[in-house]
Amino acid sequence: MARAIGMGLRRALEDDPKTLVMGEDVGQLGGVFRVTDGLLKDFGEARVIDTPLGEAGIIGTAVGLALRGYRPVCEIQFDGFVYPAFDQIVSSLAKLHARSRGSLTVPVVIRIPFGGGIGAVEHHSESPEAYFTHTPGLRVVSPATPNDAYWMIQQAISCADPVVFLEPKRRYWEKSELDIESEPLPMGAARLVLPGSQVTIAAYGPTVRTALDAAATAREEGLSLEVIDLRSLSPLDVDAVEASVRRTGRLVVVHEAVVAHGVGAELAAQITERCFHSLEAPVLRVGGAAVPYPPARVEEHYLPDVDRLLHAVDRALAY
Amino acid sequence: MEQVASVWDGAEVGPEAVQLLTPQGRRVEHPSFAVDVSVQDLRGLYRDLVLARRLDTEATALQRQGELGLWPPALGQEAAQIGSGRALTAADHAFPTYREHGVALVRGVGPLELLRMFRGVDHGGWDPVATGFHLYTIVIGAQTLHATGYAMGLQRDGRVGDDGSAVLAYLGDGATSEGAVSEAFVWAAAMNAPVVFFCQNNGWAISEPTAKQTRIPLYQRARGFGFPGIRVDGNDVLAVLAVTRAALARAREGGGPVLVEAVTYRMGAHTTSDDPTRYRDPDEVAAWKARDPIARVAALLGREDPGLAEVVAEVEREAGELAERVRHGVRAMPDPGPLDMYDSVYAEPNVALARERDEHAAYLASFEEVS
Ligand SMILES: Cc1ncc(C[n+]2csc(CCOP(=O)(O)OP(=O)(O)O)c2C)c(N)n1
Repeated sequence: MARAIGMGLRRALEDDPKTLVMGEDVGQLGGVFRVTDGLLKDFGEARVIDTPLGEAGIIGTAVGLALRGYRPVCEIQFDGFVYPAFDQIVSSLAKLHARSRGSLTVPVVIRIPFGGGIGAVEHHSESPEAYFTHTPGLRVVSPATPNDAYWMIQQAISCADPVVFLEPKRRYWEKSELDIESEPLPMGAARLVLPGSQVTIAAYGPTVRTALDAAATAREEGLSLEVIDLRSLSPLDVDAVEASVRRTGRLVVVHEAVVAHGVGAELAAQITERCFHSLEAPVLRVGGAAVPYPPARVEEHYLPDVDRLLHAVDRALAY
Repeated sequence: MEQVASVWDGAEVGPEAVQLLTPQGRRVEHPSFAVDVSVQDLRGLYRDLVLARRLDTEATALQRQGELGLWPPALGQEAAQIGSGRALTAADHAFPTYREHGVALVRGVGPLELLRMFRGVDHGGWDPVATGFHLYTIVIGAQTLHATGYAMGLQRDGRVGDDGSAVLAYLGDGATSEGAVSEAFVWAAAMNAPVVFFCQNNGWAISEPTAKQTRIPLYQRARGFGFPGIRVDGNDVLAVLAVTRAALARAREGGGPVLVEAVTYRMGAHTTSDDPTRYRDPDEVAAWKARDPIARVAALLGREDPGLAEVVAEVEREAGELAERVRHGVRAMPDPGPLDMYDSVYAEPNVALARERDEHAAYLASFEEVS
């Protein structure tokens, strides 16, 4: 997937001379995950910018560059380091379009490798999506497959709005075919990945794989799970989830982020409102505990895995 | 001390770095800074340097063997760390980054306590109050503000003046680009806080050379914030000790902040996940090897200490023991229990979290019934 994102960035740089890549270590090193590997060599320092070490600086200058007609794609090195830029993102980037009554656009993309499961130290495994989905004016997306990543990064770059692009870092090394001929779904649409009849599982980013694994295990036990990859967290494609829940009658949402006040809570509320009479069970959520992301040696107990997901499925079916 | 006081009026010492010991291990005089170190003291510094390096080598090896999740090597930075760490008194406080392993050792943080966070069993592992060595901070620059606030606390507690204490805040050259560090400089200056900012300029911020962060020598930045900056040869343990001691003394006495820029070099990788061959010229590393901070002290001891052979043998033995203790200790470290993560999130009881913990416990218990 890391390579697919790199290929998507490359295409965006080729297609539009206004596209810029910027961040700490994105040049010579190709980023700590090598996503931007080779771009400096081919596009030069004016377009692939190794920035000084400052996240507020990265996003703040990207806002200015965007106001000048550029399309900066910023890399934040790890999830836990986006917070120094938080003010720039939520106070300026997210609001300029509205504040200018639409006369200014700030098409900045913020790439953040996010989530856990790679045995990292503190601040390298967080899922900060809810901070951004709670902010009007931002779009928040997360691909789950290399193909989606390749296309979605290009869609994010061509989008006129600021986009927080969450890259599931523990899936960076995942491989799959790239379909570079036919463009897939629009950026804001959820995708039905696996049809099923008894319980809908809504996942995104790193947990889509977990949901598919759970569905495979469940099938051996004679259970039929439907898996939806949300892809976009803001806006949320509630219609797609609603359609599924009307068929299955049950919904389990799974994400790595803290369950409390999270994306799952939003989806649960909306689905409950829309499909109250079709629901056979309350919408259940599986995800992180309301604790700081724990040390690596216990992260398996924090991260939602197949067992935790199936436990929730069993609970949903027991109603 | 008077001799030193005049230095601060000049605000900057440079462009040459303060040096008291040449790379060949010869003592040299500096007009403003001096240290009075006996042969016994030198032996102590040599021991500190060697133990710090051994811990580093051992931890790097343990990471390679999969026993540690990550390790940021301090190879080459030992003099900057031991010199500054030894300049602290028991009443001072240090706010480290994530690489101050040598300082940790001299502050009395046990090597195994230190390795807990790199093993992935803890986010800290030592007692910051007992050691005066605060927790490692991975978020670049954040600790410089904490250090400044702590120093403001000392001020308010009447701890500035005779018999005062001070705060030593560590940061890297890359960190100077973070907004938080500029704010720390502004605050420290405005409050005249007893804090010394100790920047280890090791040439790189991961793949980015110092030139990417600054167009002027970093110590000169202090002037713009209204306090003195000093550049010191960071591979010269005596010079680092002298300069940091003087800066801390000034802060303790109410003279306000100082920025010390210790020019050193990160001979290893940024962390064990990093591949410096992608961005760094091997010749550069070779050139710095010739400035090795430990060899320098060894050469001086060779001149001044007739008992050198015994000292080397004794330190070697101690280093071997340290390595052994670290190897066994790290492997024997138990993983935290699955429910431990709920324990210290809040200082006061939290109903919602207690409930989550109970549910998690019940979930875990359901497995035991099955198997
Ligand atoms: C706020 C923040 N952004 C990014 C990072 C990722 N990161 C870790 S170390 C580092 C380079 C730090 O360089 P420097 O301050 O010179 O210290 P050094 O590691 O060289 O001692 C970066 C970018 C981080 N830890 N925190």
